[in-house]
Amino acid sequence: MDITSDSHSQHISRQFNQELEELKTHLMAMGGLVEKQVQDAVFALLEGDTRLAEQVRDNDRQVNDLQLQIDDECTRVLARRQPAASDLRLVLAVIRATSDLERIGDEASKIARNALLLSENSSTIRGLVEVRHISEHVRKMLRDALTAFARFDTDLAMQVVREDQLVDDEYSSAMRSLMTFMMEDSRSITSVLSIMWVLRALERVGDHADNLAEYVVYLVKGLDIRHSDTDDLDPKVLKKS
Amino acid sequence: MLASLHSSNTSQAPVAHFLSEHSCLSIDHFSLAYAGKEALRDLTLSVPRHRVTAFIGPSGCGKSTLLRAINRLHDLNESVTHSGQVKLEGQDIHDPQMNVTELRRRVGMVFQTPNPFPMSIYENVAFGLRLQQRLPKRKRDDIIEWALTSAALWDEVKDRLHRSAWQLSGGQQQRLVIARTLAVQPDVLLLDEPASALDPISTLKIEELIRNLKSELTLVLVTHNMQQAARVSDYTAFLHQGELVEYGPTDQVFTNPRLQRTENYITGRIT
Repeated sequence: MDITSDSHSQHISRQFNQELEELKTHLMAMGGLVEKQVQDAVFALLEGDTRLAEQVRDNDRQVNDLQLQIDDECTRVLARRQPAASDLRLVLAVIRATSDLERIGDEASKIARNALLLSENSSTIRGLVEVRHISEHVRKMLRDALTAFARFDTDLAMQVVREDQLVDDEYSSAMRSLMTFMMEDSRSITSVLSIMWVLRALERVGDHADNLAEYVVYLVKGLDIRHSDTDDLDPKVLKKS
Repeated sequence: MLASLHSSNTSQAPVAHFLSEHSCLSIDHFSLAYAGKEALRDLTLSVPRHRVTAFIGPSGCGKSTLLRAINRLHDLNESVTHSGQVKLEGQDIHDPQMNVTELRRRVGMVFQTPNPFPMSIYENVAFGLRLQQRLPKRKRDDIIEWALTSAALWDEVKDRLHRSAWQLSGGQQQRLVIARTLAVQPDVLLLDEPASALDPISTLKIEELIRNLKSELTLVLVTHNMQQAARVSDYTAFLHQGELVEYGPTDQVFTNPRLQRTENYITGRIT
């Protein structure tokens, strides 16, 4: 049975409604912060803005604190309410989502650290086009995954799951070009390696956004689609009802 | 997992899951009315053998009525009428050939409030046995020890078997009543809110007992405590206003029920 985004506000206990509502709100706040971290990290790298890069690195603590706070709230709901059915799925999805968001935060820090390293490099940096391109793609995936979570929208979530394959392909092709740069000019190896780490981090952000989208399907449909081939899934099962 | 993606969640048939289980009780289009007022409406479900099946639902939904019907406890109430069938191991319990005393031996029942007889612990357990047959004392002692052990009570009472059963605590009394039922070796044990009058530790002991008894007999549990149904049962049936709304594996009913009405009930939503 499908649920909608207002399903968690119909309990006899209004206190329980409020607790679940807060879980969602706090998760969205964490999502917003993480989204901004990725955006700022990539901007700092592309524009060589070291102050912004340092800020991203320092803000990671806030992301970690939010994870601890939300996990704590989930533990409390589990212990005190013993949620079942869609309530249980919401709590589980939130616990899983905070862990992915925290990892995305770590990837943003990695990008920021590499931005700081690259800022010390005076020569032209190769591979920024690839970074810009893939970063736009994964940022859209992340935004869509969070929107799908907020609206309980499985169609949008499935779109994110499919996008991840495209990002993986783009990542492989970017890595091949970067390898060519290194072979052409050995002096560029240090900076290209940094860019490779950045691309790797962005690709991982895409994977985490894909995970978030899978939790939306679990939350709404009760189907665990992790580790399954999306082509094998029955479209009738996944369609919105 | 993919198989379940394609089948169970799309199916709307309430009884489809039990094909692989051996049915112990099968209830077929069963309706029951008190003085013309319908209490159970056209129920069809199959209770699998050696499993725990829980009936849940709000007060007045008919779950206790259904449990009592399985034991023919409505027989003496002339205002009760029923239609459809309840079969125990393939035999209709309302068949004129069916001996009610024998039915109640095969289908034991335990109620909400422990009801030990005003006699010793030993005599409580021996009571049904004595009615049934004359046994040599040694044999009877063995059965009583076995029944009390099965009911997880032996260690607590073995030194005071001949003291009054009323000296036992509520939880012990309830396990004594279960031992009394087990002594006559039933096939099915019906439990009507067996732990609702007990403290949490006694409740856990009863729940542990229910799990252990599963290997010997089929259990049907009526409970208001949804967490209890979730903890101990293999299958859960949700009844509402005399109708069977949803019946499925407990894991599914408590994580992803198929119907909104079930979801609303088990998650405490306004309907």
